[in-house]
Amino acid sequence: MQPLTNRSQAVNRAPLTWWERIYLPAIIGGLSITLKHFFRKKPTINYPEKTRPFSPVFRGLHILNRDEQGRENCTACGLCAVACPAEAITMEAAERLPGEEHLYREEKYAARYEINMLRCIFCGLCEEACPKDAIYLSETFAPSDYQRKQFIYSKNDLLIPHPEKEPEAYKKALGNRAGKKEVK
Amino acid sequence: MFLSIDLIYILEKLILIVIIVSISMVVAMYTTLAERKVAAFIQDRRGPNRAGPFGLLQPLADGLKLFFKEEIIPMFSNKFLFVLGPGLAMLTALMTSAVIPWGSKLELFGREISLQIADINIGILYVFGVVSLGVYGIIVGSWSSNNKYSLMGGLRAASQIISYELALGISLIALLMVTGTLSLKEMVLQQQEGYWNIVYQPLGFFLFLVCTFAECNRTPFDLPEAENELIGGYHTEYSSMKLGFYLFAEYINMFISSAVMATLFFGGYDIPFLDESTLPVNVAGVLGIVALFLKIAFFLFLFIWVRWTIPRFRYDQLMGLGWKVLLPLALLNMFLTGAAILFFDK
Repeated sequence: MQPLTNRSQAVNRAPLTWWERIYLPAIIGGLSITLKHFFRKKPTINYPEKTRPFSPVFRGLHILNRDEQGRENCTACGLCAVACPAEAITMEAAERLPGEEHLYREEKYAARYEINMLRCIFCGLCEEACPKDAIYLSETFAPSDYQRKQFIYSKNDLLIPHPEKEPEAYKKALGNRAGKKEVK
Repeated sequence: MFLSIDLIYILEKLILIVIIVSISMVVAMYTTLAERKVAAFIQDRRGPNRAGPFGLLQPLADGLKLFFKEEIIPMFSNKFLFVLGPGLAMLTALMTSAVIPWGSKLELFGREISLQIADINIGILYVFGVVSLGVYGIIVGSWSSNNKYSLMGGLRAASQIISYELALGISLIALLMVTGTLSLKEMVLQQQEGYWNIVYQPLGFFLFLVCTFAECNRTPFDLPEAENELIGGYHTEYSSMKLGFYLFAEYINMFISSAVMATLFFGGYDIPFLDESTLPVNVAGVLGIVALFLKIAFFLFLFIWVRWTIPRFRYDQLMGLGWKVLLPLALLNMFLTGAAILFFDK
């Protein structure tokens, strides 16, 4: 039969020479190799204490953005849900009532906004589709959980912290990408 | 009057026994951690580092885990012998520590305490006897578990230890011809005054080292528990703390063997280039213990280092090495030593 690759080699069945049969040179060689590895720098990163930096284009968990006064940007237009190739986004719209101007930026808002993180493929098309600067993919990833229903993230899980009440948490959640898109 | 002094003497020895046994246990525990750490470092990993700082509580976690595991005694096993096996392995592993001089002496409460449980004049013979008893733990356990893999492991252990004990004994006879004493304490005193025995017996030490690896069932001679051929060998059927005892006995054996090697060939508790008699008794005693434990630590590292470097021998290679290489070399070493003693009329 023809060899399938050019990497096959005949097994060397020659009897061991005297030098090989005293084993010691090979053993000492092996010991020096392992000792070298002993002092080598370890490539492992101690994960929970230390994390690798994400790339600037990393697409992680979604956040629902607010404006500077802490009003929700989302108007429940549904463009993100349409754009979503995995059909992970569900929403229900509601009309803003008088006296709720400090909560929602426009007359219509999302009463229910859910993303199924098990369906989501983190492609970022929702972010591209959004005309209101409302949804962004942040630099965190979905934590593990025991139940599937815990992966359906509701509006409470997705909303960014209030910029006036918790400015530091807001800035952290905003990351280096959100809030830079021009709103039409 | 006579009786009361005697009682204190007994009490002193009992305390010493408790201390040495517990130290052996602790050292064995932390040798398991060292084994995992060194293995990890050699393989470019980090090793256990979650339990406590640097993973220092890992041995405790391992021990607890073993205690809480379900204990299974196979239905067709000989129950008495099945329980006896790990106990025997542990007992014989610990017994050797009795004759090793762990230090010179300490002065506490106006008494001079020798740091050796029993300074018997046939110390080396006792070590030999107990070490060769150690195989019974393995044989009894493997035979009583009524499993063919275990039995194979036990057979291998028995034939391996018999083959290597011969070379071990003969390499020691050469050493005895040089020192002229069987007492370990006296050997250390001789090495304190003169040179270490490694200078007189380099080949003897090397043979002793190789045979010790075989006696402790360590790689490259760990055929009795070859995982890929015998599914764990003699402890296939063991679970829970009985398995723990077998694994633990191996580490205690390593510890004691390292202590014996340090005592026989590397001056025991002797500190090189230092005259201990110029120091106060207690300081010299403590420094001596530290020196001995540093030597032991080096040998333990060697055991682990070799394990994570060399693959296992094939069984015929093992037997060929024992009978065709080590035994003739040991005989040659004995012959040369005798000739040198006659020639130089030492």
